[in-house]
Amino acid sequence: MTAAIALGDDALVLAQRLGEWAGHAPVLEEDVALANIALDLLGQARTLLSMAGDEDQHAYLREEREFRNVQLVEQPNGDFAHTIARQLYFATYQQLMYSELATAQSELEQGGLAALAAKAVKEVAYHRDHAVQWTLRLGDGTPESHERMQRALDALWRYTGELFQPMEGLPVDLPALREPWLAAIGEVVARATLTMPDGPDRTPWAAGAGRQGVHTESFGRMLAEMQHLHRAHPGASW
Amino acid sequence: MTTAPAVEEATESAFLAAFDAAVAADSRIEPRDWMPDAYRATLVRQMAQHAHSEIIGMQPEANWITRAPSLRRKAILMAKVQDEAGHGLYLYSATETLGVGRDELLDKLHSGRQRYSSIFNYPTLTWADVGAIGWLVDGAAITNQVPLCRCSYGPYARAMIRICKEESFHQRQGYELLLTLSRGTAEQHAMAQDAVDRWWWPSLMMFGPPDEESGHSAQSMEWKIKRHSNDELRQRFVDICVPQAEILGLTLPDPDLRWNEERGSYDYGDIDWTEFQQVLRGNGPCNEQRISQRRQAHEDGAWVREAASAYAAKHEGGAR
Repeated sequence: MTAAIALGDDALVLAQRLGEWAGHAPVLEEDVALANIALDLLGQARTLLSMAGDEDQHAYLREEREFRNVQLVEQPNGDFAHTIARQLYFATYQQLMYSELATAQSELEQGGLAALAAKAVKEVAYHRDHAVQWTLRLGDGTPESHERMQRALDALWRYTGELFQPMEGLPVDLPALREPWLAAIGEVVARATLTMPDGPDRTPWAAGAGRQGVHTESFGRMLAEMQHLHRAHPGASW
Repeated sequence: MTTAPAVEEATESAFLAAFDAAVAADSRIEPRDWMPDAYRATLVRQMAQHAHSEIIGMQPEANWITRAPSLRRKAILMAKVQDEAGHGLYLYSATETLGVGRDELLDKLHSGRQRYSSIFNYPTLTWADVGAIGWLVDGAAITNQVPLCRCSYGPYARAMIRICKEESFHQRQGYELLLTLSRGTAEQHAMAQDAVDRWWWPSLMMFGPPDEESGHSAQSMEWKIKRHSNDELRQRFVDICVPQAEILGLTLPDPDLRWNEERGSYDYGDIDWTEFQQVLRGNGPCNEQRISQRRQAHEDGAWVREAASAYAAKHEGGAR
């Protein structure tokens, strides 16, 4: 179930990042919205990780090198624009991927993944809409918000290439999603009066590294916080 | 300007008579109804404080979201904190029906001109605190709020009905969390006991000062904003909690707590009102931290709110 672990880790790690926003959002409505998205993602993570065994064992007792999430989702929240850019990139990817997965017919045992995808695709459509609306408002808002949104899109761009690496056990042609993803992002970016980042979408050293368990530096610290209590009481139930 | 003062007074007293009659008949006062200025002011104060408490109250619990020890508990806690933001929103909306804007209310919170519940000035030091807050703090809030579902002001009463349902759910989850810890390992049990020891007295303070020192009480009861006195509600809460603590297998940190056959209630020890006053004056363990975080979130978010307004202005009635 390497695919379930990889997709589950994506959702878990992003839920954890969004959970850091609680009580810090720019307006109350965003405290609600970000928590809502985090909860959806956490739900996806729990289903996926359970397919591969015990969800808590996977979440709390693996170390950094064993996590298979893409580096995009582990990126720190930064300012609100960074969080929105990360959401835009990732939700657009998830929507394309889960749409494919929901309809994928495979001779392999994919029942669980397809059922999850059918539910998740509705959630991620909402997540994407939320990210799109904010990209438009920030991009086409004030000069300051425009600049911040552009900076965020640029800064996170290098982590997007990894999304389209082929994944073993996933009946979705991920490399083929790259074009529709670029088109979808490009359309929003243009409407938001922003420009598409033009740097490399994968730095040479990070060639798809998250899926191989090679992460960025802040990730270890995030895991330390997430896991410390569980690890301090081996075998306890909560 | 041409109306003679005498006529105005006559009209005013007719309105007041109608208002008093409506309150006496247990009818709801609605936003467009005439109401005494003092009634309006009291409601604004109480409802705003209530809304602020939901918002500040997110902090002590959000403090544990990233560290929750299982994914199930993390999901429950996230949902709870999300509900609190939602409760804050309902309550600000209900308060706005009285003619004040949310921005103005937030400004008063940020500048310390309006208060929030004293309980949220205590720190959440362990995971068990999340359970103790659910059981005791939400429990006290529900005891206070259930009678508010019959409050004379319609929008407030309706907000409370909705909020109480969700709060009861949170309270049961908190209780279940503590029960799991209490029946878990020795370390978990000790963690649960320590949390109850730290949260018990502050929870009793949530009902406000003793009746003889409660300034707003008499008038609020006359207006049917309040239905029971502070001490009455506090007693009700103690009576509910003692047997629950027994089932939990935890003790309450009060050597004077004992059943009083005559009163059919539990007697309990003296509350440290000096501590309560200190916390109200801003000198509690987390007052400074709570308000700074709230202010910081608001200031950090200013450019986002400005962007949203600018975007709305550009696209007004148009493109989307």
